[in-house]
Amino acid sequence: MSKSVVIVGASMGGLRAAEALRNNGFAGRITMIGEEAHLPYNRPPLSKEVLAKEVTHEAVAFKLRSQVEDVTWHLGDPATSLDLDKKVVTTASGKSFEYDGLVIASGLRPRVLDLPNGKISGRHTVRTLDDAIGLRAELVPGTKVVVAGAGFIGCEVAATARGLGCEVTNVAIDPYPMIRPLGEQLAAELQRRHESHGVNFKLNHGISDLIGTEKISGVVLDSGEVIQADVLVEAISSHCNVEWLSETKLDISNGVLADSALRAVTTDGASVEGVYVVGDLARFANPLFDNEPRRIEHWNIPTETGKRVGSVLSAYLADAENFAELVATPFMPLPSFWSDQYDMKIQGFGMPGLADRYELVAGELSDELVMGYFRGEILIGVVGIGMTSEVMKYRKELIS
Amino acid sequence: MIAINVDMDKCQHYGQCVFEAPDIFKLNDDDKLEFVATADDSRRSDIESAVDVCPMQAISIVE
Repeated sequence: MSKSVVIVGASMGGLRAAEALRNNGFAGRITMIGEEAHLPYNRPPLSKEVLAKEVTHEAVAFKLRSQVEDVTWHLGDPATSLDLDKKVVTTASGKSFEYDGLVIASGLRPRVLDLPNGKISGRHTVRTLDDAIGLRAELVPGTKVVVAGAGFIGCEVAATARGLGCEVTNVAIDPYPMIRPLGEQLAAELQRRHESHGVNFKLNHGISDLIGTEKISGVVLDSGEVIQADVLVEAISSHCNVEWLSETKLDISNGVLADSALRAVTTDGASVEGVYVVGDLARFANPLFDNEPRRIEHWNIPTETGKRVGSVLSAYLADAENFAELVATPFMPLPSFWSDQYDMKIQGFGMPGLADRYELVAGELSDELVMGYFRGEILIGVVGIGMTSEVMKYRKELIS
Repeated sequence: MIAINVDMDKCQHYGQCVFEAPDIFKLNDDDKLEFVATADDSRRSDIESAVDVCPMQAISIVE
């Protein structure tokens, strides 16, 4: 009887894993289990151009390649438990799915603030298409928008809302926007650019409560200051969707720990054959940098990990002779990220957040630029605003 | 043959496709994307990788 693969998480990482399984010769059944009702779509535009226009699934959907035409989609019904011994995934509706190979790609969900007067309308996140549709409807000229969180997504939403004519205040506990990946110098410059576009920052502050009876009319900062608001967008951080794995012996202390072949690892440190992790959840060591397992929430990681898993898992299921060789092949994807804010094209590679120093290596701080990020003498990250060819020169150095 | 299309309204010239299929995609001296519109079927895998890595999802293979 032919073998079957269940992929939990019907987004980009799950899709790429399915494609890669087929590309590597796996011909058995593939079932994709997803919480959302939508077929896989691209999330980054949700805080950028799609949010600025009419938001539709068609505008962001991934094209389904011929390789995955015969995949079974089980959508709108999230996985709720896993039995590793019986090799069965169960969903919220009570359906069971047996597998020979399992791909864990259930991703993240936004963390939202726990506030005393939190149960009023006007609160938004921007993880899903439905989130973006709901937020888009509120972003009309003159709307007072408070964005909680000054990471990339928070800053993208702030820029997009300004472009739509909203009044925008960005509240964050960090001292500068995007400081963790970019460092103080570039972060301060980006704050200046946001301010020149009319964004008001309340940095080094948290939000302690909301004002309003049915709908938000204001946001209370931890200093007691009140900011008028019609809309609160929460882009502070994420939770890992691992609750469905809580009865297993997998190490889910931070995402799902995985070995270099991306097989899930137990709390005893043992790799589980046939069970793989893809995307934002996968906590793996990247020899390009060091031996510390980390989750990487950058856009190219679902694709990189999906391809890796498709290759290794298809060999495992086929009892292929090259399985051991594939497992032993180092996995060292170069993280890459990008962000559109106003007319700025920000593009980065590597792990600049791990750097102990940075240095402007091309351009001018107030204009287009390239910033190099170093740990000791070694370049471990590069971030550019524009200057694509220059950025790419440093990208080559990162993988050499 | 494979026909390649880049939606130039979407393309922001990030250049990530260049690493996947440098014989198909390149950035010119002004950092603008240029590409060849057809390729041999043997190039499909790398072109699909270029489609995958495009931040703007602007590249498509015309079937």
